[in-house]
Amino acid sequence: MAELRLMKGNEALAEAAIRAGVDAYFGYPITPQSEVIEHLMAERPEERTGMIVLQAESEVAAINMVYGAASAGKRVMTSSSSPGISLKLEGISYLAGAELPAVIVNVVRGGPGLGTIQPAQSDYYQAVKGGGHGDYKLYVLAPASVQEMADFVPDAFEIAFKYRAPVMILSDGMIGQIMEKVELKDQVERLTDEEITEKYGHWATIGKKGRKERNIITSLYLNPEELEERVNKLVKKYEKMEEEDLRYEMIECEDAEYLIVAYGSSARIAQKAVQLAREKGIKLGLLRPITLFPFPKKQLLKLSDQVKGILSMELNTGQMVDDVRLSVEHKVPVEHYGRSGGIIYTPEEILEVLEKRIIKDGSIRHNKTGEPSLL
Amino acid sequence: MTDNALTYCPGCGHGTAHNITMEVLEELGIGDETIGVAPVGCSVFAYDFMNVDMTQAPHGRAPAVATGISRTWPDKYVFTYQGDGDLAAIGTAETIHACNRGENIVIIFVNNGIYGMTGGQMAPTTLEGMRTSTSPYGREIESMGSPIKMSELVAQLPGTYFVTRQSVHTHKNVRKAKKAIKKAFENTRLRKGLSFIEIVSNCNSGWKMTPNESNEWMEENMFPMFPLGDIKVNGKLKQAS
Repeated sequence: MAELRLMKGNEALAEAAIRAGVDAYFGYPITPQSEVIEHLMAERPEERTGMIVLQAESEVAAINMVYGAASAGKRVMTSSSSPGISLKLEGISYLAGAELPAVIVNVVRGGPGLGTIQPAQSDYYQAVKGGGHGDYKLYVLAPASVQEMADFVPDAFEIAFKYRAPVMILSDGMIGQIMEKVELKDQVERLTDEEITEKYGHWATIGKKGRKERNIITSLYLNPEELEERVNKLVKKYEKMEEEDLRYEMIECEDAEYLIVAYGSSARIAQKAVQLAREKGIKLGLLRPITLFPFPKKQLLKLSDQVKGILSMELNTGQMVDDVRLSVEHKVPVEHYGRSGGIIYTPEEILEVLEKRIIKDGSIRHNKTGEPSLL
Repeated sequence: MTDNALTYCPGCGHGTAHNITMEVLEELGIGDETIGVAPVGCSVFAYDFMNVDMTQAPHGRAPAVATGISRTWPDKYVFTYQGDGDLAAIGTAETIHACNRGENIVIIFVNNGIYGMTGGQMAPTTLEGMRTSTSPYGREIESMGSPIKMSELVAQLPGTYFVTRQSVHTHKNVRKAKKAIKKAFENTRLRKGLSFIEIVSNCNSGWKMTPNESNEWMEENMFPMFPLGDIKVNGKLKQAS
């Protein structure tokens, strides 16, 4: 039976990991996501399901423990917050290069540097545009509620194993810390070692018993043609993700004359702004990308025929707005509004920005080349 | 070993160290239950030669990668094969903490006092006064620090069960090193924790010597700093002689 609980986003994610039959978690404490490992340690998952939980000596070690367990066919994850994710990027690039399934959670805090422990969305570029070295992408899920923190764990593993690729859950300090009602799924049994051997034995490094050829997990290809072939194989995966696994939500978009694009905690605030706008007679809609890669490019392009202006709302100084602009191909003006430093905007503030910059003066400021200007 | 031709420089000790490791796995009949972790450095291509399942780790992270495999497959045999730059410089934290946790793995540490793969730069184990491409006037302790003795360091940690320093430059030494590696994998079988096998080796091309000269130089210069022999056996430190 599904169970209703009142939980923090971080706790819900940790509990969902146990219930999703995850084999191992390796992590290192950092605010505002330490509740993930704290919940896991308190729950004794090794007794509940046999799930291994280990506090590593660093984020670097944690992601490499993930790399090891993933190379051995196990369902394995780690979580951290912005500065810690920067440390994990080397390992994430290796996971992508060696085609290994794993889930990485980023409960984003403000940066750069040590920044703040307050929520932010300033790791969009890092998550969506690569972050680590080399030609790779992450499939990125952006939860906007405690419920989605829980639900996206099994979803992320499904994608990770479908594509043999690392998947990121890009949350933020607000979604990680707020308490909400969450419906927890029933316990899923972990795969047995025999099942893992049968399902993934053709690539996983688990000892070559029963096989003629040994398995090798590597991302090193010194032969240029070979590496190019590998990189092109990754590109094919990403194209398939765009075709088959794009996720987004449209709110009040049917008759919208104006559009907000927002994800994660910003989408919650945007939703309230849509309600306030509608009460004032402004036909405002919200497009919430649930996956940040793949990005709902086609949906945005289609909406650009319908709306007069788009506001990209992000808790940063303008990152996702690039993807919004690329998607609409200059058909419609796109503005960005953001706060940083851990400051969160209010729905009223958003509405005011929308009215001032997009609606009231009827046009967007244009630069000399005739393109819509930045702020 | 696989049928692939070794790509190591003629005279280098890696081939022998690989070979005795694989012989031990064969003699113990555990090769099919073993996963090796390759480092970054000359032995990054260990997986081309060692006929077991292998994962290639990011630079210095092999002990963490091995931890991930061993913790999730506790009945398998897991070993890392690392050089001095990988294990004692960039990967020091992973080395120390894997040892401290007493991971049930084997670490084979080939120490030749230089970065071979990248063309002969100074390593954490480079001897005082030794010339490398990044210490062209010799390693100067005052500004560059002293060579680090990893075996003595990790032997202090309760998690290490067996720590020994060997070499593979003579028949006699090869036999002793092989015996040590065998003992290490037997320790894994008995779940005794971490076994740390250091192999002091040569790098004739990096040291810019003939293979014979390099072995003589190793005996004269490396062994006094890195003396051969067991350092910790069955979880107990050997008395300094």
